[in-house]
Amino acid sequence: MVEFALPKNSRITTGKTWPKPDGAKNIRKFQIYRWNPDDGKNPSVDTYFVDMDTCGPMILDALIKIKNEIDPTLTFRRSCREGICGSCAMNIGGINTLACIYGIDEVKGGAVKIYPLPHMPVVKDLIPDLTHFYAQHASIMPWLETKTNRPAKEWKQSIEDRKKLDGLYECVMCASCSTSCPSYWWNGDRYLGPAALLHAYRWIIDSRDEATGERLDALEDPFKLYRCHTIMNCAKTCPKGLNPAAAIAHIKKMMVDRAV
Amino acid sequence: MRYLTDRKRAQGTGSGRQGTEHHWKMLVSSILMVLVVPLFIFVFGAGFSGSYEDVLAYFGRPFPAIVTGLTVTVIILHVMREAHEAIEDYMHGVPERLALIGSTAMAYTMIVTAIFALIKLAL
Repeated sequence: MVEFALPKNSRITTGKTWPKPDGAKNIRKFQIYRWNPDDGKNPSVDTYFVDMDTCGPMILDALIKIKNEIDPTLTFRRSCREGICGSCAMNIGGINTLACIYGIDEVKGGAVKIYPLPHMPVVKDLIPDLTHFYAQHASIMPWLETKTNRPAKEWKQSIEDRKKLDGLYECVMCASCSTSCPSYWWNGDRYLGPAALLHAYRWIIDSRDEATGERLDALEDPFKLYRCHTIMNCAKTCPKGLNPAAAIAHIKKMMVDRAV
Repeated sequence: MRYLTDRKRAQGTGSGRQGTEHHWKMLVSSILMVLVVPLFIFVFGAGFSGSYEDVLAYFGRPFPAIVTGLTVTVIILHVMREAHEAIEDYMHGVPERLALIGSTAMAYTMIVTAIFALIKLAL
């Protein structure tokens, strides 16, 4: 059964409030989720004050500044700092997005509230455990499957067929979409989620792939595919502006087309 | 605690090879409802203002009875399938299966009851 309340050891408590920087005039308040698996305590929300005159414009700039200058124990993932690697996905001001391409000024109101991606096990602080998410991605066989003998030079693709991959191949697997999806929250163990399904469609629609039928067979399941209820949170939150809901709708249409 | 690989957990027992039929039936009943619900409102409204005997006689006629029966059947089947989706979303294991059986039994009972009432009015 679905649980409507957090377990006792997951309930968030008020954490430490760090002092304001001396002499700073342009200060922004950050409230950040903290949880350390080693201290046995409940998660908490720590409050930090950042001097915006000496901070870069993006949320990731503020996080790095906090880690470097205020609290070195703050833990988060980051790598490319330009929205390509998908490492720094987190929930910022209630929106799942990439900290590196989300401006601090885009968070309206007082404090900037930062939490890990929702409904995922937390490794530490802002780092979710994406093991199952990546395994689901692997399960859709994200590679070109061919049966015909390999051509001497290359698998050819027309310009029109190549265009069908636009809006699909750009996904960086940040998990913002899947973790914004209520169906994935309730049934993430069985429902593949928008990210994996978008990638599945990317290979289904690829004109060079020769395993279209097998791919559709593998997805024809009440849970793997049909838990999508077209809620559209995935399309709304995608930091790359992609539309996983449309990809899922296309898969459903292909399922109907081959059956009816 | 089971020592399963991440891939095995994600794969589970594979595809259930179903879901498309349910999806297609939902599409069909949605389209049918777009047609029959306005028709039913018109038919129901036309027979609404009379006396008890007039209403009995009205729903005893073939066209209002067929439209009403069709509307009730299509709506209940659609709601039943939607309820199944919700049950599968939020319940798991034995309670899920019991709820699926119960909701199916209730839906078909309601359809049969409605059809029986309409036939009784018509005869």
